[in-house]
Amino acid sequence: MRGDVGFPVRVRFTKRGKVRFISHRDVARAFERAFRIEQLPLAFTQGFAPRPKVSFGLALSVGHESDAEYLDVQLVDEVPLDSLAQRISDALPAGIDVTGTVALAERAPALQESVTAVAYRVTVTGPDDEPVGVDQLGAAVGRALAQPALPVTRTRKGHEVTEDLRSIVRTMAVTDADELGPVLDLELSTQPRGTRPAEVLAAVDGDLVDRRVLRTKQLIERGGARLEPLEADARSRVPEARAS
Amino acid sequence: MSSLWPRIEPLLARVEKPARYIGMERGAAAPAHRPGDASWLLVYPDTYEVGLPNQGLQILYEILNERDDAAAERTYAPWIDLEAELRRHAVPLFSVETHRPAGDFDVIAFNLSAELVYTNVLNCLDLAGVPVRSERRAPDAPLVVAGGHCAYNPEPMADFVDAFVIGDGEEAVGEMTDVIGAWKRAGRTTREGVLRELATIPGVYVPAMYDVDYDGPFIREVRPRFAEVPAQVDKRTVADLAEWPYPKQQLVPLVEVVHDRLNVEIFRGCTRGCRFCQAGMITRPVRERPEEQVRTMVQDGLRRTGYDEVALTSLSSADFSGVDGLVADLVNEQEGSGCVSLSLPSLRVDAFTVGIASEIQKVRRTGLTFAPEGGTWRVRQVLNKLITEDDLYAAVDGAYSQGWRRVKLYFLAGVPTEMDEDTRGIAELARNVVAIGRKYTKQASCTASVGGFVPKPHTPFQWFGQNSVDELERKIGLLRGAVRKSGVQLRWHDPAATFVEGIASRGDRRVGRVIERVWREGGTFQEWSERFELGRWLDAMAAEGLDADWYVTRHRTADEVLPWDHISAGLHRDFLWQDWQAALHEHGLPDCRWTPCYDCGVCTDYALEHVVASPVAPAGGSQGTGQDLSRGGDTPVEFLGVREKASSSAR
Repeated sequence: MRGDVGFPVRVRFTKRGKVRFISHRDVARAFERAFRIEQLPLAFTQGFAPRPKVSFGLALSVGHESDAEYLDVQLVDEVPLDSLAQRISDALPAGIDVTGTVALAERAPALQESVTAVAYRVTVTGPDDEPVGVDQLGAAVGRALAQPALPVTRTRKGHEVTEDLRSIVRTMAVTDADELGPVLDLELSTQPRGTRPAEVLAAVDGDLVDRRVLRTKQLIERGGARLEPLEADARSRVPEARAS
Repeated sequence: MSSLWPRIEPLLARVEKPARYIGMERGAAAPAHRPGDASWLLVYPDTYEVGLPNQGLQILYEILNERDDAAAERTYAPWIDLEAELRRHAVPLFSVETHRPAGDFDVIAFNLSAELVYTNVLNCLDLAGVPVRSERRAPDAPLVVAGGHCAYNPEPMADFVDAFVIGDGEEAVGEMTDVIGAWKRAGRTTREGVLRELATIPGVYVPAMYDVDYDGPFIREVRPRFAEVPAQVDKRTVADLAEWPYPKQQLVPLVEVVHDRLNVEIFRGCTRGCRFCQAGMITRPVRERPEEQVRTMVQDGLRRTGYDEVALTSLSSADFSGVDGLVADLVNEQEGSGCVSLSLPSLRVDAFTVGIASEIQKVRRTGLTFAPEGGTWRVRQVLNKLITEDDLYAAVDGAYSQGWRRVKLYFLAGVPTEMDEDTRGIAELARNVVAIGRKYTKQASCTASVGGFVPKPHTPFQWFGQNSVDELERKIGLLRGAVRKSGVQLRWHDPAATFVEGIASRGDRRVGRVIERVWREGGTFQEWSERFELGRWLDAMAAEGLDADWYVTRHRTADEVLPWDHISAGLHRDFLWQDWQAALHEHGLPDCRWTPCYDCGVCTDYALEHVVASPVAPAGGSQGTGQDLSRGGDTPVEFLGVREKASSSAR
């Protein structure tokens, strides 16, 4: 969005229910179609294959739900923001609902660069939905956090690589339980690199399964403040309507 | 009705592309399933990405759901990973809309667009908990129905399908719903009763109502078992496409599928008369959609779907009356309204076509495709693909001179009367095309794509013995030698798959046992090269005591009863035989839209007429058509690279 004139908008949306099985790329295509259906005044890239100027935040794994997904879209003209969320939601599949829109400050940094932390609620089971006790998980989490390192081994390009996730895991606590098992609240750093809840569970105990994952928050941490992305770079005030 | 979703959902975490199984397309129905409704499960027996765009299935889906006495849902063949999970957890096949068990529907109806999916039909029935053989089904089991181009030779699938619909389904599905709904509301008295009644609907073929007598390997007679059952089943044809502006709400999938765009059918039928082309033969006469309706369908469709690409579909789109004006208007209308691109998936080989193409592709001219089909003028006369070399070279010169860099040419190998010089002619044409291109750009390239020819039922070539696997391989070898270091890229279809397509498309009722055996041995998704194995088919033929060559490579004679003779596409057998003889004499036959009638039988017997807005042939002069559906759903002529796209996930 850097340097663009026009009307950049940041959109917050959910991904809930069956639609969680579509990919990040499919979500992007659904939004592009929704913008066309609503005939929003999209800005396009230059060149042989013009694309609408839309940029997304961190990808969400296929199968994970979210209450906190974001995208930035560049419009060439101002549109009324009070009805925008409803308009786009109507053109999107069920489960993807726009829950907030904000006019974005010019030269706002891209979501990908500015988001520094994400939070998840993870329902944990054993393999094949075998139940895990709340206390049992709590104890395992406690032991893991007491260690100086949280090593996880993964295969990258045919090589086994061991990485330490300890610096990525900000908080991890068993806070609740649903019908499938205990619920783990996780807050993870995304910079310089992040990780997925499944890897954190693997580091805690190799047999744990992230049976249900809900992303609850993305955070932009700047100058000591923890900001919700809609607040972080909102245009301080939508410019007054042109002088009448 | 119970939804299987709670049992399916945990399985989806373990499979590739779980979004194949969630439905949720824009335009999808949410049927209520009132107790007296006839419920239809429409199945495309291949992956979701291949099956979802099928327009025939989408048309019937809408027509059924518009009725107040029917409900229709869809499903597709689950990929092998989900199939394994379903079997392991004893979860049956389900619909994608409400995840209702397939076995709870009154009708399970399959679209048969390609023969290699036949084993998938059996697999879907088995996953639904429905016995694969019709005779084993309980009175209250779902009725198994099939339609689509392959239904024109229903015999290989006759043991598994209760009723076939031959031809256009728009009207027939309604008539079937009346019968099936009444049967259901009366408490499903007898299965034989409802089948007998279905057999009296025009265009509906119920194999169990016919006995087949054999004379050694040959068929002596196919005889209806009851007086009211017709001896010959005639295809259904909707007379006026304007009355059927479907799909009105084309489904917009959430995942990428093949032909992922708005499709508007501009006409049905083709009278170019290409003798290898089953689609052209069985869909006569030509019925154009009124131009105004095309415009409305394009505008409404783009607005509703949010697609940024629209295709005007037919068997030879440049033949649509006034196509140049239509295309110019659509391109101008879309300019400035958000970069919508237009494509015409089947075009003739001539300069007129290149003119239209340049109208459409104003900027990014990367690839253009033509289908001359034969390597020499002689063989093109046999095929009735009357494109002269001048036509082709002029078209190609036009394309390269206007900025295109890649030309793709489609050919058939193994066609009647083909000599090695005809095969080599393919390489020569392609090399000459490269030479023309090099006049304009060093980057000029040409791809020659060669498919093995399968002589399809209801075409003048139905009597011709297909080339063997060895012979097709030899011809491909010839071509590989002839294009070496020429700048021509050669691509070919697997001759073994072509051979099996011959078994499945030219077979009789006895071939059903082979299909069942291949399925039982695990041979599903046979149209996917990584899953296909010729050995499975040859072993199954041998185990059933059938001679594959007798079915595939043997030339058939004028007096032989063909397995599909009791099914009629309206073409007189005499006409087809004469056209076969004309082919052998290298005699071409111009398009009957603009020349006198050859009395093929379709218009006269069915009291139909071509619906063509223009009384004169379109400009350009070439007689070539652009499409060959013998390759099972490929659309050979297409503008490549209109828009940067991820490679399609299928094939």
